Amino acid sequence: MPTLQNLRRGGRFRIPGDRAMPFYLFLSLLLFSTGAYYLGRKRAFAVSGGQIRNLHSLPSFYGSYTALWCILPALIVFALWVTLQPGIIVDLVVADLPPELHNLAPDRLNLVVNDLKNLVSGNFVSSTPDPAMLAAADHYRNLRTIGNAALWVVVLTLATLGIAYAWRTISPTFRARNRVEQVVNLFLIASSTIAIFTTLGIILSVAFESILFFQKVPITEFLFGLQWSPQTAMRADQTGSSGAFGSVPLFAGTLLISGIAMLIAVPIGLMSALFLSEYATPKFRAFAKPTLEVLAGIPTVVYGFFAALTVAPFIREIGTAMGLHVASESALAAGLVMGIMIIPFVSSLSDDVINAVPQSMRDGSYALGATKSETITRVLLPAALPGIVGSILLAVSRAIGETMIVVMAAGLSANLTANPLEAVTTVTVQIVTLLTGDQEFDSPKTLAAFALGLMLFVVTLILNIIALHVVRKYREQYE
Amino acid sequence: MSTTTLETQTALNGALNIGAETRSSQPGILVTDYNNRQTVGKITVDHPKMICREVNVYYGAKQALKNVGLDIGINEVVAFIGPSGCGKSTFLRCLNRMNDTITGCRVTGQIKLDSDDIYDKSIDVVQLRARIGMVFQKPNPFPKSIYENVAYGPRIHGMVNTKAELDDLVRASLERAGLLKEVATRMEEPGTSLSGGQQQRLCIARAIAVNPEVILMDEPCSALDPIATAKIEELIDELRESYTIVIVTHSMQQAARVSQRTAYFHLGDLIEVGETDQVFTNPKHKLTEDYITGRFG
Amino acid sequence: MNKPTSAASAPAILNRDIKTIVNAGLKRRHAAETRFRWYGLIAVSLGLLFVVLMFGNIISKGYPAFWQTYIQLPIKFDPAVIDPQGSRDPKTLESADYAALVRAGMRQMFPKVEGRLELRALYGLVSSNAALELQSRVLQNPALIGAEQEIWLLASADVDTLVKGNIDRSLDETERPIKDNQVGWVDKLKAAGKIEKQFNTILFSSGDSREPEMAGIRGALMGSFYTLLVTFLLSFPIGVATAVYLEEFAPKNRWTDIIEVNINNLAAVPSIVFGLLGLAVFINFFGLPRSAPLVGGLVLSLMTLPVIIIAGRAALTSVPPSIREAALGMGASKLQMVGHHVLPLAMPGMLTGSIIGMARALGESAPLLMIGMVAFIVDVPKGLMDPATVLPVQVYLWSDLPERAFVERTSAAIMVLLAFMILMNGLAILLRKRFERRW
Repeated sequence: MPTLQNLRRGGRFRIPGDRAMPFYLFLSLLLFSTGAYYLGRKRAFAVSGGQIRNLHSLPSFYGSYTALWCILPALIVFALWVTLQPGIIVDLVVADLPPELHNLAPDRLNLVVNDLKNLVSGNFVSSTPDPAMLAAADHYRNLRTIGNAALWVVVLTLATLGIAYAWRTISPTFRARNRVEQVVNLFLIASSTIAIFTTLGIILSVAFESILFFQKVPITEFLFGLQWSPQTAMRADQTGSSGAFGSVPLFAGTLLISGIAMLIAVPIGLMSALFLSEYATPKFRAFAKPTLEVLAGIPTVVYGFFAALTVAPFIREIGTAMGLHVASESALAAGLVMGIMIIPFVSSLSDDVINAVPQSMRDGSYALGATKSETITRVLLPAALPGIVGSILLAVSRAIGETMIVVMAAGLSANLTANPLEAVTTVTVQIVTLLTGDQEFDSPKTLAAFALGLMLFVVTLILNIIALHVVRKYREQYE
Repeated sequence: MSTTTLETQTALNGALNIGAETRSSQPGILVTDYNNRQTVGKITVDHPKMICREVNVYYGAKQALKNVGLDIGINEVVAFIGPSGCGKSTFLRCLNRMNDTITGCRVTGQIKLDSDDIYDKSIDVVQLRARIGMVFQKPNPFPKSIYENVAYGPRIHGMVNTKAELDDLVRASLERAGLLKEVATRMEEPGTSLSGGQQQRLCIARAIAVNPEVILMDEPCSALDPIATAKIEELIDELRESYTIVIVTHSMQQAARVSQRTAYFHLGDLIEVGETDQVFTNPKHKLTEDYITGRFG
Repeated sequence: MNKPTSAASAPAILNRDIKTIVNAGLKRRHAAETRFRWYGLIAVSLGLLFVVLMFGNIISKGYPAFWQTYIQLPIKFDPAVIDPQGSRDPKTLESADYAALVRAGMRQMFPKVEGRLELRALYGLVSSNAALELQSRVLQNPALIGAEQEIWLLASADVDTLVKGNIDRSLDETERPIKDNQVGWVDKLKAAGKIEKQFNTILFSSGDSREPEMAGIRGALMGSFYTLLVTFLLSFPIGVATAVYLEEFAPKNRWTDIIEVNINNLAAVPSIVFGLLGLAVFINFFGLPRSAPLVGGLVLSLMTLPVIIIAGRAALTSVPPSIREAALGMGASKLQMVGHHVLPLAMPGMLTGSIIGMARALGESAPLLMIGMVAFIVDVPKGLMDPATVLPVQVYLWSDLPERAFVERTSAAIMVLLAFMILMNGLAILLRKRFERRW
């Protein structure tokens, strides 16, 4: 199995001629299985003696059964092979390296392996390669060619064997439909677990790297520290005593920007939803609602561009005209634009919630002589409050997790301030800056990004769970 | 004119009736032609609270109510009966302009409360609905406490000045709705925590608290069990002393029990109006007879 | 309980004249009503205003980028420069100094310009792309050698910006990217009709470049295409299968409850977290190449999956149970019932949801930054494993560059991006309208 580090380093390598090979093999497999389908069907006709009613299942099921036997085992071996082959080849090549290279420390060895891979792919060579390396590269290429050829043979043999097996099993009493349905069922179940695996994957991947991080920087330091300056490099043996990994300013910045966004989005979104559902004529509603929802469809990078190039300079100019000092990457600009982005989110969720309040509530209030606004503020809103709170929580979670707007329009340096005219940075901005550009992997700096990711995930998860729960309870109330 | 008297009605009947059934199956029946949709019976009263003339209601292109004329007397209970879709609820909702809230609904004709034409531009619908309370088919207490439910009307209309006054008003209304004993100790509980019958009485208390002149009830017992229904009917009888009540019901027994006058609607037409006893024991229109004898409905 | 008091006071309180009481407050209440209505109207108008502002801002900045300035120069395809030996060997032709031909053409236009600095400023008017243009012409048609032609060549980005009126001529020379003498030459060229704006094909035909006038979005478009291809191929079948399983087959138990809650939560996880997942799992653990559309597609399909599942389930629930009963009643197996009857009826709804999910994936950039699709890549990707970037990330990359010409191109790229999103959403709406069924 390739180790984490060497794959990180070797991430960019690619092997030109190698690339299309699995694709063609896959295509051949598909062709084989198509053939298998017709073979199986023909076989079913043959064993039925021309009477389809003698068969347990429809002939197409026998065809599908044969096709499945053809493709599934072959595909499994294919996938395993493709995943394992590079690692095995590397091991074999390393084993055959001259002793002075072979006995290097793991770190150095990884570098050698990388050089080797670059040599093989002909990407670039740092210096004139020494003969041992060239030999190893040849060895590598040979092994790969052999491996690929073997793969073709093995996979296609398996496919043929599968067809043969299915061919032999097909008889009029054979329950092909049940077998095929079992496989389909299995596929359905497997698909539905992917969502679970995604969540697990998220938790494991961020948690794993976060644990590594917390071994280097104490968790209390990270949670309560007031200083964030990961760019001041620390030596690997140093613990995080310098206080450079305190995440408080990041969360403060995130909250400041999200807070500004909510101040924009909640009143405008909520009032829009109320107006559109209670006051607007059907015609106006049919025009305004989808138009507002256009805001939800605009990619966030566009908002970021708008914030950085239009809104931020505009706010700066206004501020300067009023004699205020406004940072060019002010929290206000990012928050304002983020608020615009979230308006349709708040309004469409609130719209659902408000429409879920039964008409009889409105009727009861109108029948007592209440005006529309009285009905809205005294009956509808209190009735819809849990649902609205739920949607606002969802919106907050979205604001906290929003990345592109803040990456493009918020600052990079961590200021612990509540002044919206100053530049602040956010959790997502830091994750992006720590993980793009030049990276030193396994340094606390890079791992910190995962720790931030973990925090972000946990916070948004809690918000989402509460919000979804509240909204669901609310819906049940009126069902 | 829809204020056709009995005599002209008979004359009309004779004149228009060609090839229709002429033999009366019962001595009281005056109109035997199902196609004759003129109102039978006396639509006027001596002391009217509300006067409706030539009321037509359209939902979009569809006419839901055709040329209805009817008086509602002071301190009487008028029941509207008829099969579903006959327009009785539509007519009820005209009386406090609740139809305004339905888009595409159009009302023509004249409806007067005392001397005010309620569809006149000068009439404020807020004030109108304060004067004409309404109780709905399904109990619809607001998602607030029992106390706040009753206090809602007085609060929005600014009827009281002090908290003590409001307390008194809430208690008096609940008392009058016969609910005070049951809820006196749980005023702060949500209105939805009450049973169905209690909820409906809470809605009646909510309507009374504004001190309306007329109370409209749209099948107020259809969602209730017999015991709760009996209580509400009793309450309606008591309330008659202070209010004018219009009740829509699909239960003929209920109409017979609580009302003084009954109006029978059929497919958007007001077919027959009369003293409740007369309508039920001696209907004058064949349609009414068919309905109350259960031939359709 | 003071029942006697309340009973006694009841008539007094209940018998107030409602008409006058209500009348007293009417004016205030109607004013409040009008105010509230205005707040609502203002809120909606603000929302609509933001839509107009965003689009207006982007379009007004971006539309000039669809035109590019060209300068017409007399070019002499001098055999002495291109092919001194006269061998017509393609290799020789390829490596010849075509820039010299351009320079010669410039000198011919402005024979009076002298001095190294002056000349360099003069040569700077034409993009370095001009030499490539001449090269490709010669390679296509070696017979050109020796001929003399008037040829439209790409102007440099600064000239383009000047011609489009985006450089303030009144500024001091030192604060302008284009100097006084250059402005003079451009004006002369203009007067001679040697400058013209043509439709910007480069924007659509080339990859990224450090030179604004040569930068295009083709690389990003292809990257987006490959990424979305992977996303669709993975997320659609898996999403449909999950929706079918949860809606038609799954027993209602704790396990399916967990899956359901989980899917709803995944739909609300910040996209950047998916990027972290992609980095840790696909790149670090499975060793897939960085910057590859394959990895981008994998990450985006995990993100899109919840959207498709939720839409798919909604589509399935809208198929009435009577159809299922009818199929089962005919003796179909459950799978046949789903496959033959339920799924075809739910398919338009599922496709609509998927297209909307794909449109969202098209606009997504944050997770792709994590997996290295943010590199400066000149080549147009030719496969799933080639390093690539996508359209929104290209927007992000360009938005960081200071040149005015890049601002213009960023807006143009956004316009293309938005056009695709509108197209996809329009398709979804069309599909919904076309196949919408009321049961």
